[in-house]
Amino acid sequence: MTTSHQPLATSHLWAGLLACLALALVPLAAAKDSCMECHANMDGTLKAPVTDYANDIHARHGFSCADCHGGDRNADDPEAAMNPAKGFKGHVARTAVPALCARCHSDAALMHRFKPQQRVDQLALYLTSVHGKRLATGDTAVANCVDCHSVHNIREVKDPLSPVYPLKLPETCARCHADAAHMKPYKIATNQFAEYRTSVHWEALSKRGDLSAPNCASCHGNHGAAPPQVASVAEVCGTCHVLFEEMYNKSPHKPVFAAMGGGGCTICHSNHGIRHPDIGMLAGSGAVCAQCHEATSAGGAAAAQMAGLLTKLDTALTQSDAVLNRAHDSGMEVSEPILRQMDGRQAQVKALVAMHEFQVAAVAKPVNEGLAVAAETRRAGEKALQDRDSRRVGLALSLLTIVITMLGLWMAIRSLESKASAVPKPAGR
Amino acid sequence: MEQERRSVIRWLLGGGFAASIASFLYPAVKFIDPPDMPEASVNEVSGGKTQDLKPNTGKIVKFGSKPALLVRVSDTEWRAFSAVCTHLNCTVQYSDARHQIWCACHNGSYDLNGKVVSGPPPAPLEEYAVKIRGDEVVISKRT
Amino acid sequence: MASATRPGSLGSWLDERLGLSALREFAAHKTVPLHSATIWYYFGGITLFLFTIQVLTGVLLLLYYRPSPTEAYESVQFIMTRVQFGWLVRSIHSWSANLMIFTAFIHMFSVVFLHSYRRPREITWLSGLVLLGLALGFGFSGYLLPWNKVSYFATKVGTDMAASVPIAGHQVARFLRGGADVGGATLTRFFGFHVAVLPGLTTLLLVVHLGLVQRHGMSSPPWSEGKKLSQMNFFPNFFLRELMAWYAALAVLGSLAALFPWELGEKADPFAPAPAGIRPEWYFLAPFYTLKLIPSHVWRVEGELLGLMGFALLAAWWVLLPFWASNSKGAVRTRWVTGAGVALLAYLVTFSLLGYFR
Repeated sequence: MTTSHQPLATSHLWAGLLACLALALVPLAAAKDSCMECHANMDGTLKAPVTDYANDIHARHGFSCADCHGGDRNADDPEAAMNPAKGFKGHVARTAVPALCARCHSDAALMHRFKPQQRVDQLALYLTSVHGKRLATGDTAVANCVDCHSVHNIREVKDPLSPVYPLKLPETCARCHADAAHMKPYKIATNQFAEYRTSVHWEALSKRGDLSAPNCASCHGNHGAAPPQVASVAEVCGTCHVLFEEMYNKSPHKPVFAAMGGGGCTICHSNHGIRHPDIGMLAGSGAVCAQCHEATSAGGAAAAQMAGLLTKLDTALTQSDAVLNRAHDSGMEVSEPILRQMDGRQAQVKALVAMHEFQVAAVAKPVNEGLAVAAETRRAGEKALQDRDSRRVGLALSLLTIVITMLGLWMAIRSLESKASAVPKPAGR
Repeated sequence: MEQERRSVIRWLLGGGFAASIASFLYPAVKFIDPPDMPEASVNEVSGGKTQDLKPNTGKIVKFGSKPALLVRVSDTEWRAFSAVCTHLNCTVQYSDARHQIWCACHNGSYDLNGKVVSGPPPAPLEEYAVKIRGDEVVISKRT
Repeated sequence: MASATRPGSLGSWLDERLGLSALREFAAHKTVPLHSATIWYYFGGITLFLFTIQVLTGVLLLLYYRPSPTEAYESVQFIMTRVQFGWLVRSIHSWSANLMIFTAFIHMFSVVFLHSYRRPREITWLSGLVLLGLALGFGFSGYLLPWNKVSYFATKVGTDMAASVPIAGHQVARFLRGGADVGGATLTRFFGFHVAVLPGLTTLLLVVHLGLVQRHGMSSPPWSEGKKLSQMNFFPNFFLRELMAWYAALAVLGSLAALFPWELGEKADPFAPAPAGIRPEWYFLAPFYTLKLIPSHVWRVEGELLGLMGFALLAAWWVLLPFWASNSKGAVRTRWVTGAGVALLAYLVTFSLLGYFR
């Protein structure tokens, strides 16, 4: 049997062309989003989601209104598009939001398609949080997903415009937690944000741009937000301040504070308004130690001693700084002692850290190291000042020889010219 | 009288001239005499003898005006880095337990390539070159 | 003062071989005219004296300085801190450089206002201007050598300006920098210019300049033509006075060095951004500020280009001063020249002050 190859007929060509056209239309069909098309032509709150959505991370991955709100994105007719039979939910109730988001965000297989490293336990954590528990009882005044992450223009956490970007997160929490009227039924204080803004952590975040500094979520958790157990606060602080936690655990304060009900670091340093610590916390009118320890007690005496040592070191360093600055300002080269002074400042930091063992001997060691450095740099500064003075003496001596020579020259000129009558008195000299 | 005046002038001029020349030459002669420490190099620093550092230990060495960390990873492998933490400039140390470089201030960690592993440091540690000359360890800046 | 060469003395021995008696004869007859402006005659000698100081202190510094980016700053720091009287030698070198350029300008302007450039001293004028240019070259090349932040960026700005000269600009900048950017190659090159090329050229020009001055003698101002001015012997009278002036300059230098030692600055870091308010040394401030004032484009022409062309024209006009200053009859247009001199001086002073304070 022979197969015959038919030459390419015109009809074949037309069929091919039509097929191409049809194929070309497929992508257009896939991009069809009747929700966006209609709502873009509306006004006010009905149009807002369309404009917002341009910035949404979900839009970038091809998700659309119908993926959350249900309905048929391909139908142009509003009744068909927003048909409950097609799953249209309309406006999502506040209590239904977490479950809606979790439909995707707790689906490991689905999230794996877009971002394999993304966590999928947010809902589980949320349900353990105070927010989650209260929402489950029907309380709509508590935070759900969209309160923090926004809705329709959800940005990645690492996007500086996201409400949960480290720099913006505190004000997002404060939207409710600093609102006295809002928090009244829960009987929770509303001063945390104001206090946090006075803290060193906020200063590190906002002024130095140090994104590693803690914000609300760092200590309280984000999805599973809850106040940290008062008994384990020191461990939370200890995730960054490792050495302090180690020393505190060795110190006599640990069992005492535990017996009192916990609180750890926050007993002395406060929880939200953590200020830059200084020697005034140990001794003086605003001393924290004095709140428990009587001045005559062992603890009170230790506090006074430690404060004394630290003050001594600070004074020594400040004084040698002053000498070095004087030397530098008079033009002397003291860059090496100035660098060495940094070792002294380092010893000062070590002493302040060692203080958390609450033993005088632990503080004395780095203080003595620092005092040695301060003495060394002060000597260097004083030597530089001495050198400066001897330079001036040297200058005075050489100026003296110069003046004497000039005097000799002048007298020689005078004597030369007074006796030589042939040369008239020089004018102008 | 004239003679006296002339000798006064001679003394002033001669003596002043000699003294002034001496005051110019004295610093020049002192200048030419080299100081005891003739080198001012800060691009190469000795890290001590090879036998002074055991494997899996580190030590701080002064490199110019900043501290450097010398780590002996194994018998034959040596690493050196700037010991200034890139977070807030504390001096880092070697943790033999974790085989990592650790900063005590805020718990930052770097691996043995200087890269940040965990914690707040925003940037890696600058790595230095280590050469072994005989039994001496020499740390120098990488060009 | 000339002593006779006694036969058998050292003097006559040297004279037979070196012909010193001719020199002595010449020196004995050298005179300086006396008039109200005689004081300005000192400034050439002071400039020469300061140049000698530069050579001497420069040679001393050469014993310790290292011209590489990794060692230059450290070697200067070494000189300032460890070498005995290193601070003195370095500070004198830096201060004397500035003083020398200052007195060179005074010398040039005094020549203008006393009209000493006129026939037959045109070549003396030309060689003097070349010497001024060499002095500025010394200043520019020497400024980079300590390799601190200010010097690095000042050199960058300066070589960038050279690059904007039309046609040859990029080649010139490449030649100066030793490459595309200011770096170690620039430092090596500038060091070579500063300690070998420029001193060689300066010596040559000085021989010409000083030789011509001896040949033509000291010029008298135009208003004295026809009058017989009294003359002072150069040796010993004027020379003794010059020595006084030189000693005074030493006193000033020593005081400046001891009371205001030259700063070390911070080591240059090519990757750091330029410090705010960067500006060149004072002797480059006037053109620098002028260029800053010119808008970036003037009728399609790049502003900087216009400025540099303006400077080139000004320089050419100034170099040719002796030639346009004399009319066809050979008389000097003193009023025009004095006016031009005052205008240039006013421009330089005003714009230098503006550049410093703005």
